[in-house]
Amino acid sequence: MSTLHLATQALEIGAAIGTAPLFVGWVNQCRAWLQNRRAPSLLLPYRGIRKLFHKDAVLAERASALFRVTPYMVFGAMVLVAAIIPSMGTRLPLTIAADSIALVGLLATARMFMSLAAMDIGTAFGTLGARREMMVGFLAEPALLMVIFVAALISQTTSLAAIAEHLSSQRLALYPSLAFTAVAFTLVLLAENARIPVDNPATHLELTMIHEAMLLEYSARHLALLEWAAALKLFNYACIGIALFVPWGVATGSQGPAGLLVSVPALALKLAAAGAGLALIETVSAKLRVFRAPELMATAFLFAVLGLLVHLLLGA
Amino acid sequence: MPLRQWLARAHTLPGSPAAVRVAVDAADWLAAAGDVAATGGQLLALWATAHGGRVHAAFLHGGGLLVLELPTAQARYPGLQLLFPAAARMQRAAADLTGVRSDDEDTRPWLRHAAWPAGAHPLRESLTGTAPAALAADAYEFQRVAGDGVHEVPVGPVHAGIIEPGHFRFSIVGEKVLRLEERLGYAHKGIERRFRELGLEEGRRLAARVSGDSAVAYSWAYCQALEGLAQASVPPRALWLRALCLELERMQNHLGDLGALGNDAGFAFGLAQFSRLKEQLLRAVEAALGQRYLLDAVVPGGMAVDTDATQQRTLAQCLRHIGHEALNLRDIYDEHTGVQDRFAGAGRVAPGLARRLGLIGLAGRASGQELDLRCDRPWPPYDVLAPERCVHTGGDVAARVSVRFAELRASIRLATRLLADLPAGAVRTAMPAPAAGLGIGLVEGWRGPVMIALEVDGAGGIARCHPHDPSWQNWPVLEHAILGNIVPDFPLINKSFNLSYSGHDL
Repeated sequence: MSTLHLATQALEIGAAIGTAPLFVGWVNQCRAWLQNRRAPSLLLPYRGIRKLFHKDAVLAERASALFRVTPYMVFGAMVLVAAIIPSMGTRLPLTIAADSIALVGLLATARMFMSLAAMDIGTAFGTLGARREMMVGFLAEPALLMVIFVAALISQTTSLAAIAEHLSSQRLALYPSLAFTAVAFTLVLLAENARIPVDNPATHLELTMIHEAMLLEYSARHLALLEWAAALKLFNYACIGIALFVPWGVATGSQGPAGLLVSVPALALKLAAAGAGLALIETVSAKLRVFRAPELMATAFLFAVLGLLVHLLLGA
Repeated sequence: MPLRQWLARAHTLPGSPAAVRVAVDAADWLAAAGDVAATGGQLLALWATAHGGRVHAAFLHGGGLLVLELPTAQARYPGLQLLFPAAARMQRAAADLTGVRSDDEDTRPWLRHAAWPAGAHPLRESLTGTAPAALAADAYEFQRVAGDGVHEVPVGPVHAGIIEPGHFRFSIVGEKVLRLEERLGYAHKGIERRFRELGLEEGRRLAARVSGDSAVAYSWAYCQALEGLAQASVPPRALWLRALCLELERMQNHLGDLGALGNDAGFAFGLAQFSRLKEQLLRAVEAALGQRYLLDAVVPGGMAVDTDATQQRTLAQCLRHIGHEALNLRDIYDEHTGVQDRFAGAGRVAPGLARRLGLIGLAGRASGQELDLRCDRPWPPYDVLAPERCVHTGGDVAARVSVRFAELRASIRLATRLLADLPAGAVRTAMPAPAAGLGIGLVEGWRGPVMIALEVDGAGGIARCHPHDPSWQNWPVLEHAILGNIVPDFPLINKSFNLSYSGHDL
């Protein structure tokens, strides 16, 4: 384990925590442009988080310890996820801590804490949100696993870093199996990050919310951490997508420090494109009725299975 | 006895054309209401007056407006709930404000929360209203729904967004709504009491502010009643300008609602575009008439504002532009699968149910109820304008969107004609002193029929003024529209009705 690898790991975690709100700001900016609106500042998410950290926290009466620790658990889980995604380099000391299946488990842990905390207070909206979150989550998870299986089968490993290293060593080409799974992954990304068409991150209508409904009782630093964790989750998902489907440019073992000089700007460019694409999807879609979300997740699963079949039967 | 025999006994009321009044006793009250119901008429408004102890009911029937007046020497008058379901809440509100009670079953307070004690009535002289009442616990019995897996979700009166206060009690199983019960009255601010403390001109200002989105409709209705009592003849140019203002108000609200409906379906693009169009219209209206929201345009005797030929041309150009853009946006809405999936079938009120419950106005026309006062009992200048009636029988959110688009287009056409053929002359005439008595103003606002019952006393002051908003009819229907739908569709369905809290809570 060299210093370079440790430095890469530290850089990656730092960059993820530091720039996740920027990524959200970028998506919001693109969305505003696409709607012919004047865009808010790129830094608006940071200002929101800073504002929340300066406020006094208000806790509901009878809130249990679970309610208070959840923001830290969720944020921690998202930082750990960020640590094992090979977004800049593939030689990360922490990758041995968790493979891609454990990554899905980490995301599920965060979801479980969120849902339990939402129900902890006992308000109707928290429970409604938690229930919907679990409905979407239990359908999105198998689709996400299936996506990872395809990539794992191609590279004969479940370690995300090894997958990225293997795929980036292949020549730049379109793999039919990965193309199918990329569609599946995009749908899962939309559902898991509470984006349109599954949820609306900008809504003020408490009856339609999924993710936001679970946050309604949080305030100040707790809310700031959860908002930040949500931004981090979106950032992580984008990085997982990049690692699985467009890993070219990532710093692999043999390249040394020069690899980072390529991989960091490459990651920035890919994220910018991903954010713009996300904004485009959100602008042209309307929100689905809640009970259409399972159909969307079934479609995602179907695409992932198609990718798997294409790989197994055709070897493509 | 058939309706025409009641009409034969009637006295003409000043103000709105074809408005008549019949004084009845308790037996005749029910009989006359029954005859109105039998001929397919509907209850428009019901209000009580504490001094003198009278209760009034206004009915729309084929030819006009019939106002029944019942002296209530006895404690209770016969309730109309069984004939007209919409009567229930109006009777409860009248009981809260005046103590004049019906004998219908539901005696729960409606507008009274905990702000004043149960025995006190704001429209009675005895309540001075200067000292705030001691806050009591506000207990209200909601209908309970029992069953396996049924639970209640209370929503409001404080909401996550900036909207008016109202409480909605959902009984749901899973996401499916089994029952919705509304509780309103949070925006009660004592408007009817305040009217009695104001002069006739100040009364017009207050009327315009009963429900800010219908300022022109309310101020026109008020002026119509007052001008009827004063037998003032309003100059033709003022009447045409009033119609222009009413249509502009309709467009402003429809543009705002169409954007908000897109947004509530998660289609923020629609909100951005329609907000832009609405702002363009508001600015054009300000340039032409000097006010963005026309709160003080219509005044007794005519208009407080006028336009010149250049301003008219600019406004007409803006209307043409908006009409063109709205047509494009309609195509986008119509062809967007996601948006149509949300709109179609949501919150359906079948025409039969709409007729039985008395759904009125824009929401009524989307459920096959044809009534549009501008067409059915036109008042000047609509009698010569022949406005277009926009009706849809779908009864769902899509139908209410479709009627809004159609009315927007029709209003633009109407306003363009009004601008082109505006008569020359004065816009205001001096108001003679009004005679004492009851005058009725009735105008089709953007939401539906807006009525003002204005009673002037011998000294030329306001003895009683009752503003009636179509939301009184339509709020109870919303409880039916949501049945069988899922909870997250409620905001969209609610927005498609877009009913007034302020105009209802008074």
